[in-house]
Amino acid sequence: MPEATSALNGREASAGAITLRDAGLVGMITLRGNLASAKLKAAVKKAVGQAVPEVRRMAGGLEGGAGWMSPDELLLVTAHDKAAETVAALSAALKAEHHMAVNVSDARAVITLRGGHAAEVLAKLAPADLDPDLFPVGELRRTRLGQVAAAFWKSDEDTFHVICFRSVADYVFDLLEASAKAGPVGVF
Amino acid sequence: MSTRLAEGGRLIDRSQAVKFTFNGKHFKGFAGDTLASALLANDQMMVGRSFKYHRPRGVVAAGAEEPNALVNLGKGGTFEPNQRATTTEVFDGLAATSQNHWPSLEFDVGAINTYLARFLPAGFYYKMFIHPRPFWKYIYEPFIRQSAGLGKAPKDRDADTYEHFHAFVDVLVIGGGIAGLAAAREAGRAGARVMLIEQTADWGGRAVVDGVKLGGKDAGVWVKDTLQELETMPNVDLRRRTMGAGVYDHGYVLAYERLRDHVPEMDGPRHRLWRIRARRTITATGAIERPLSFAGNDVPGVLLASAVRDYLVNFGVSVGDRTVVVTNNDDAYRTALALHSHGLIVPAIVDARPQGGGELAAAAKAAGIRVANGMAVAVVKGGKRVTGVTLCLQAGEGAPLEEIACDCVAMSGGWSPVVHLWSHCGGKLSWDDDQAMFRPDAGRPPTGADGAPMVIAAGTANGHLATAGAVADGWAAGLAAAKAAGHAGKTGTAPKGEDAAAAAPLPVWLMPQGASYAKRSKAWLDFQNDVKVSDVQLAAQEGFESVEHAKRYTTLGMATDQGKLSNINGLATLSNALNVTIPQVGTTTFRPPYTPISMGAIAGVARDALFQPVRKTPIHDWHEANGADFEPVGQWRRPYAFPRKGESVHDAVMREVKNTRTNVGLLDASTLGKLVVTGPDAGRFLDMLYTNMISTLPVGKCRYGLMCNENGFLIDDGVVARIDEQTWLCHTTTGGAERIHGHMEDWLQCEWWDWKVYVANVTEQFAQIGVVGPKARDVLESLGGMDLSKEALPFMQWADGKIGEFDARVYRISFSGELSYEVAVPASQGRAFWDALLKAGEAHGIMPYGTECLHIMRAEKGFIMIGDETDGTVIPQDLNLGWAISKKKDDYLGKRAQERSHMTDPNRWKLVGLETLDGSVIPDGAYAIGDGVNANGQRNTQGRVTSTYFSPTLGKGIAMGLVLNGPDRMGEVIEFTKGKDVTVKARIVDQVFYDKAGEKQNA
Repeated sequence: MPEATSALNGREASAGAITLRDAGLVGMITLRGNLASAKLKAAVKKAVGQAVPEVRRMAGGLEGGAGWMSPDELLLVTAHDKAAETVAALSAALKAEHHMAVNVSDARAVITLRGGHAAEVLAKLAPADLDPDLFPVGELRRTRLGQVAAAFWKSDEDTFHVICFRSVADYVFDLLEASAKAGPVGVF
Repeated sequence: MSTRLAEGGRLIDRSQAVKFTFNGKHFKGFAGDTLASALLANDQMMVGRSFKYHRPRGVVAAGAEEPNALVNLGKGGTFEPNQRATTTEVFDGLAATSQNHWPSLEFDVGAINTYLARFLPAGFYYKMFIHPRPFWKYIYEPFIRQSAGLGKAPKDRDADTYEHFHAFVDVLVIGGGIAGLAAAREAGRAGARVMLIEQTADWGGRAVVDGVKLGGKDAGVWVKDTLQELETMPNVDLRRRTMGAGVYDHGYVLAYERLRDHVPEMDGPRHRLWRIRARRTITATGAIERPLSFAGNDVPGVLLASAVRDYLVNFGVSVGDRTVVVTNNDDAYRTALALHSHGLIVPAIVDARPQGGGELAAAAKAAGIRVANGMAVAVVKGGKRVTGVTLCLQAGEGAPLEEIACDCVAMSGGWSPVVHLWSHCGGKLSWDDDQAMFRPDAGRPPTGADGAPMVIAAGTANGHLATAGAVADGWAAGLAAAKAAGHAGKTGTAPKGEDAAAAAPLPVWLMPQGASYAKRSKAWLDFQNDVKVSDVQLAAQEGFESVEHAKRYTTLGMATDQGKLSNINGLATLSNALNVTIPQVGTTTFRPPYTPISMGAIAGVARDALFQPVRKTPIHDWHEANGADFEPVGQWRRPYAFPRKGESVHDAVMREVKNTRTNVGLLDASTLGKLVVTGPDAGRFLDMLYTNMISTLPVGKCRYGLMCNENGFLIDDGVVARIDEQTWLCHTTTGGAERIHGHMEDWLQCEWWDWKVYVANVTEQFAQIGVVGPKARDVLESLGGMDLSKEALPFMQWADGKIGEFDARVYRISFSGELSYEVAVPASQGRAFWDALLKAGEAHGIMPYGTECLHIMRAEKGFIMIGDETDGTVIPQDLNLGWAISKKKDDYLGKRAQERSHMTDPNRWKLVGLETLDGSVIPDGAYAIGDGVNANGQRNTQGRVTSTYFSPTLGKGIAMGLVLNGPDRMGEVIEFTKGKDVTVKARIVDQVFYDKAGEKQNA
């Protein structure tokens, strides 16, 4: 196998109580289709071991997850080396239904953001309501960070996983680092 | 003289002295002082000069409305001009300088303007500088620019950092006075998420200074109790030094927090811009006292009555030993009483009302203060400092009755509610005749997305000037806002405020009412911009009847304070001059921000490397490490060329072209857009989007396609590959990926919502590398893997397979005219693949090439480039691309538009190739000169250059251009502009300069 590298190539940083880490190569699949269909539900379950998530939710996580991206789109998360075969399996299972399954693992970068005021670091950059009462663990937002599209989900009380496009991975990492360095705001 | 009293000052800490400088002089203040209070404590009354006449200016207010006390703050990387001394908290080491004077504050050359005032009336600039015309550019403008402007622009990079924060609340309360506190507490009790912001460092507003009573308690105690309760509420966020800057649509509010202006040694961002979404916003922004318009009201030592009180009570500073109070309302009596109780002298209270005031007036009289009813200030004596006032009858023309020596005049023309934030998003005002002021009209509020009011004005800002009304209104607003936001928890009862019985104010817009021209031309409305009563009257006389016109003609309210003190007085003056009512004149438009906010706060973290995102391909690091000369393409950085050591960029480009044409070149084409389109209706959908047939493309093949918008204009092009029965992969231009993806989604979601098509942007999933040149196949075959022979993979086909160990999708497409393979591998393997190609290509003379080489090669082949040959006004037919427009299809986006008469006009300029006779390169964008001149006397044109290069392959300049009847004029020589009065001759030729038969690309 040729050497495969993530966009951030293992980059790490810490600022105060916040740590940032490249989550490395992650398998990601864009699945579009009828989210209410029984076949699709079964296919998702089989592919990543998760039920189709509720609106704005992430079911599971890096080890196997399904995130709600829009009324007809899911983000499926799996091991990087499983993505291609998972796409093939989804396509086979949904052959009779109008759907799209594409491997987008390499089109994205995933950053793990951890620390007591991680939510505030994100709220400096994203027009999303990150109040812990309204953004509990398992919540996912498809939004923006600074000037680029991004999504993130809350994995545990002080951990978020941030997804952005591969080409802007450095920009997003730098943004998060700068915002973490500026310290807490004291809102949440 | 102004000085610090031995005692008093509720906001200062006398145990903590701070040292600061003003114009290099050393001064001492106390922690808690503002720069203005500290300057006054040191008898520094004069703080600047006015904009136009350079008149001496002193502090006039004590808050955000201050027009005069603007200073330059800091040095080098922390330098900032136009900072209001009244809102700047002093800290140890603060360095301020005054503005708008030369050579010094005390002696200023520009002050001569004040003697020329009669020659510098309203509209002077417009009248004076128009003739003679050339004078404007060479004499007037440079002169005005030299003398214009208050502060100086910073020269160094801003040394501080800034940030944004996105907040979502049920109820945002702007203003931490008693109304705001009552509102926040009630909304908090009801269970709403509340944010309460106060622009100063101190809670409670005027009520605490004035010592009013609430529920039997001193306002100070009530404020403390209320704050204590608010602090225990987890659903309430309290922020001091945070100003509500602007209210926008859909409950969006910007607030400006100054985190460390007062403690510059602290770490962290200097300012934070809050981007707030509030279900309801309560504007409890208080009121601003109005000056009175009498002659000499701009002399240093004339202050707002409330400001005199603020300096006394908050900072223990007496502005003068002898203060004459002049008023048209009861509130100013508080100043007289406060001064009196501190042992200072109030020689007289000049009350313009013939019947005088109410309970407070009685208290003043009882304290032994002289009250002169029905009287007015005829003129203020003094130049750089008040020395006295001459009194007259308000009803008369200003005949002097007596002179009173004093060193301070405290004036009050009544109060204007701060309606700015209410008005930003469309809230309307109504005129309150009894209180002579505009107040929010609750019946015409700014409305949100639900059609319901999104802003609620409360307290003084809502026109409730007295304590009882203000605090009850705040309480009610808090309840209403929480309820509207869906919270109806258990709440308390309305706090009870107590007020002295007041007599009605008398509207006084000019003092005395019959003041002569001489007096009116010394009665200032706008202190910063030097607009006087006489100027506004002149504007009215000259026909500027609209308040917006009069404002611009006179510059009233156009200074950095945006007319906080001058607007109402100005429009009342205008209404009198026009003999119409004040509401008929109306107000000028209130625009955000309320007071200026820093540019740094607006930028937030977006500076330096974070100013804009830079998109990088998987091979970007290699490019950087190997000396690529980058150019921006959208947000991407693409290598323009790879100059070697000692080689110029131009030489590098020439080398890259030659090498690619003779050996093999390597192009990082990863930025090329890649959109997957799939579904039962995908073929039909693409037939609508492209001008040619896409649905008939066989699986495994590629086709070049053109995309137009519904107006017929060419918007993008690229190669489409049929992946399977239901799936196509559409390549777009580098800059077009997101735009075309959006275009597709737009049509799918808005027009053809029932078509079964899904689109995904997979641009970044792949590293796509062009292996280009006669030896391209040799390089790829040396890596082993799939069959890339002409037979297995002919031109315009694609195949999946392995190249070496790499998972590859290989497209045989060519933008250069050479034998060319574009190989897509997963982005994570992109760098490794690039390295492998370089290694394998070594024996074949492989060299990477950049975008300029790509451009030259495509121009040699006569291929168009979106953005060069197109500019949003070009249709495919202009580019002789009729062959790529299906005649069979009933419809495609742009078809109908392309049939319109203008689009089918045979005189539309059409694409041709151009060859200079002397081999030189025509300048980019040059025009072809036509016969005669147009109606403006300009030379007619008959074409323009769209692409132009030096072709190393042909050894001469080549170009493409759009020319009138071009394709019919092959061989004809026309002239192109080349700088002033110089032209270059070029022959019209076929646009394909290289390998017209396509033997090389098909090899």
